[in-house]
This record gives sequence, structure tokens and C-alpha cells, in this order.
Amino acid sequence: MSLSILGVIVVGQWLVEPLQFQFVRNALAISVLLGILCAIVGTYLIVQEKGMMSCVISHAILPGISIAFFLGINLSIGAFIAGVISAFFVVFIRASSRIKIDTAMSLILSSFLGLGIILITVLKTNKLDLSNLLFGDILGVTTADVWETAVITAIVLILTKLFYKELQFYTFDPLGARAIGLPVNTMYFGLICAITLAIVASMQTVGVLLVMALLTGPAATAYLIVKELHEMMIVGSIFGILSGAIGMYFSYHWDLPSGPAIVMVIFALFLLALLLSPSQGILTRSRRRSTNP
Amino acid sequence: MLEVRNLAVSYRETEAVRNVSFCLQPGEVTALLGPNGAGKSTLVQGILGLIPIDRGSVKWQHRSLKDQLKKIAYVPQRTQIDWDYPITVQNVVMMGRIRATGWFRSPSRRSREIVNTALQRVEMWEYRQRQIRELSGGQQQRVFLARALAQEADLFFFDEPFAGVDRKTEEILFNVFDELKEKGKTILVISHDLGETLDRYDRLLLLDKELIASGSKQEVITAENLRKVYGRHLQSMA
Repeated sequence: MSLSILGVIVVGQWLVEPLQFQFVRNALAISVLLGILCAIVGTYLIVQEKGMMSCVISHAILPGISIAFFLGINLSIGAFIAGVISAFFVVFIRASSRIKIDTAMSLILSSFLGLGIILITVLKTNKLDLSNLLFGDILGVTTADVWETAVITAIVLILTKLFYKELQFYTFDPLGARAIGLPVNTMYFGLICAITLAIVASMQTVGVLLVMALLTGPAATAYLIVKELHEMMIVGSIFGILSGAIGMYFSYHWDLPSGPAIVMVIFALFLLALLLSPSQGILTRSRRRSTNP
Repeated sequence: MLEVRNLAVSYRETEAVRNVSFCLQPGEVTALLGPNGAGKSTLVQGILGLIPIDRGSVKWQHRSLKDQLKKIAYVPQRTQIDWDYPITVQNVVMMGRIRATGWFRSPSRRSREIVNTALQRVEMWEYRQRQIRELSGGQQQRVFLARALAQEADLFFFDEPFAGVDRKTEEILFNVFDELKEKGKTILVISHDLGETLDRYDRLLLLDKELIASGSKQEVITAENLRKVYGRHLQSMA
């Protein structure tokens, strides 16, 4: 009895003690926001079978960041523009040739990354903190970052709510959506913008190398559990928030790099769902099969 | 009446369909027949404006079909769809009401009734809460049929609805075609089945890059036409 009370106190302290610092409160706030934002955007990525697109865009923002740094404007704007352009290059190559989408994606990813590195050298923007950009630092998040992410999350949430049924139709049956006259090109552009915004917002926290995990991981975990698109967004958000927060605490208490810590939590939750999902888990599924021959 | 005139459509830079002209009458079920690679899907997608056409025109009631998309229900091939998509049967059918519902609105009570009626008609009411990946091929096809019914369209296009479905689904599909016909709807069905089901269509179109024949079964299924269309394919196989 007294032992369990002691346990609660220790865990409580472990959770509460860091909150006295502003940077921890910022980190927690941004975990919640990114958990929601990335789960919603990631849900659309996964059901369209475009998970790797997040990989392309997250790497392709580098030239934009370099140019923005050179011009002295907000890095997010440069990153956003470069990300959207890269996605359109992929679509353009796919639509106008026999090249398959995975080939187009690897080509664009590496070319934009190469261009970014050249620009950093040529424009002498190597004062840019590359390691922070690549790996992120959730404990370095500022209050301004939190506000920027809050605005992006709010915009994506509102647009998703307004166009939910049209986006669902389009991502489920693109041909049928075109047949009933939905503006499919505009919707595709909107989704690309949302993905790029989510990546730009996550950059600071987990870095461009690990942003794919935040976008695809929690939504993929939810995908194994739910049966409706909006449930995938809600459950994915919960997993995303949990991963961000738990990863942040690990990072704080044990001095781990924050991005990788978050990614490992995301993957652990995914593995749990893969094994134990009530409807699709590997272990639960085989047990059901053996009890129900 | 649907009028297709001198239609030519390319697929990846090669002309897939050329010089196709035909009319579809309200109150008729027409089959679009032809071997694999004859351009059946490409032709229908060209008619619907899903892919750009090279030449020709498509008119519905003497006006361009492009401006009357509301009147069309199109059922793509089952293989075009990711059946692992997280959605339940009844929400797929509700997609048929999206044009009637309009932007920024939730489906009306009437829309929900229409969806329920459509689900019952295709005998999928009991499955309405199921996720679509739990369905058999025939059941999936019936869900798409229900979605087309919920659209309350005038023109129906079905791409290979009989591919890989069970007898029960086949029977439901043909019965629904008959009911739509009674209501004066226009129906085009892509098929490559040359068996006994041909008797259930009012008219046949035989396609192999161009329109080889059109008319009744007796007019279209002749030894000469079949040799023209399938002979070439048999030769290329040998």
C-alpha cells in the first residue's frame, strides 16, 4: 500500500518536476499540437499510399531553407515553397513519362538534397545549424514556434473539417471523384500544401530526417485499430501526442536526443498495435483463428 | 440520348480508341464488349472526361456531357480501389450523395433514407457497419452498385462489374439494370463475357480500338465479327 503511494509520488514528480521550466512547457505544448497535426495529415498520406512522399518533401526543403537564410527571410517560408515544388516535380515526371512513382521520388529527393547542399556552400549559408535542422531539438522550442505551429494546426483542422467528405471521396476513389466533378487537382494541391506545412512545423522538434516517423507512425498505428477515416485521425492524434510527450520526458530525464527518443516511442507503440490490435494484431489474429477453426 | 461522335482517345501517347461513334437510348441496357486491351475502359473514361480526348464530341440531350456531370453515375473497376481503406459500407454508399449534399453540409435525412434503400436493394443492409476490407468481391461490387443508385443519376456507366463476382451478385446486378431501364435510365456496361448473359442486354457494342459492330446480339455476335476481333488475338497468342 505505502509502496504504491510512494510509486505514485515518484512518477508524479518525474512528470511534474520538469514542468517548472518554460522550455519544457513549450516542448509539451508543441508535442500536443504536432501530434494532432501530423496524425491528420499522415492519415491522408497513408490512405493514398503516399507515405514516402513525406520523405521526399522533408529532404527537398533544404534548398528553400538555404535560400531563405541567404535572403534573411523566415526559414519556414523557403522550406514550404521548396517542398511544394518538389512534390510537383514528382507528379510531373510521373504524369508525363513511363517512369514509376518510386523512381521519380528517389530522383527528386536526392536532387533537391544535392541542390540544397550546393546552395549552402555557394551562398555561404553554412552558419545554418544543419545538425539542429536534421535531428531537431524539442527542448529548444520557443514560444514563437509554439504559436506558429498552433496557427498551422488550426488551419489544417478547419480545412479538414470543412472538406472532410470531399477529401474522403477523393482519397478513396480519385477516378470516381473526378467523374462527379470534384476539383481533384485543387484537392491534391491542398493535401500537398498540408503535408509540407506539417513537415515545416515538425522540423524544429524532430528534424527533417525523422519527420516521416511523426507523419506516418501514429496514423499507421491507428490504421491497425480503427475502421473509419475520422477515427484514424483521432486515435492517431492520441498516439502522436503520447509519443511526443513520452519522448520529451525521456529526453529531459536521461539526456537523450529528443527527436530519436520520440521516434523510438512511436515505433514501440506501432509494434504493440501490430502484435495486439483487437482486429488486425498478429498475435490476436492467430489466436482467433485457432479458437475459431 | 447520349451521342458519341468520332471519338479518339490516347493512352500514354498511343491512340487507344479511334473514330468511335454511337448513341445510347434511355430505357436501354447496352454492353460494351471486346478483348483485353480493346480500349473499353479508355473509351468510357474519355466519354466521362476523366482523360483528355484527342477528337470528337460527347453530348447528352444535345448538350455537352461535361456540363452535366451531376447526371452521371460511374462505377470504376473494383481493382482500381484500395479495399483496405478505413471506411464502412454505409459511408461508401453515402459518397453517392455528395453532389446532392453540397459543400460544407452534412447529409440530409432524405439522403440517409436513400442510402438505406440502396443498401437494402443490393442486400447489403446487414453489412452496413462493416469495414469494406471484410467483404467478398461480390459484396464489394454490390456496395458500389448501391453508391451508384444513391446518386439518383440518369446515366450509368459500369466498368467490368461482373469480374470476379458470385452468381448472387450477378443476378442482383442484372435485376437492378432492369429496374433502372424501367425508369428510363441509360446504362452502359463494360464486359468481356460472351456467354449466355448477352441475352440480358438490349444492345451490344463490339470494340477493338474502333467500333467493329453495334446492334442486337444477332447482328453483333457473328462469326465474321468474332474472327475480326478475337482472331487477331488468338493469332498473336499462337
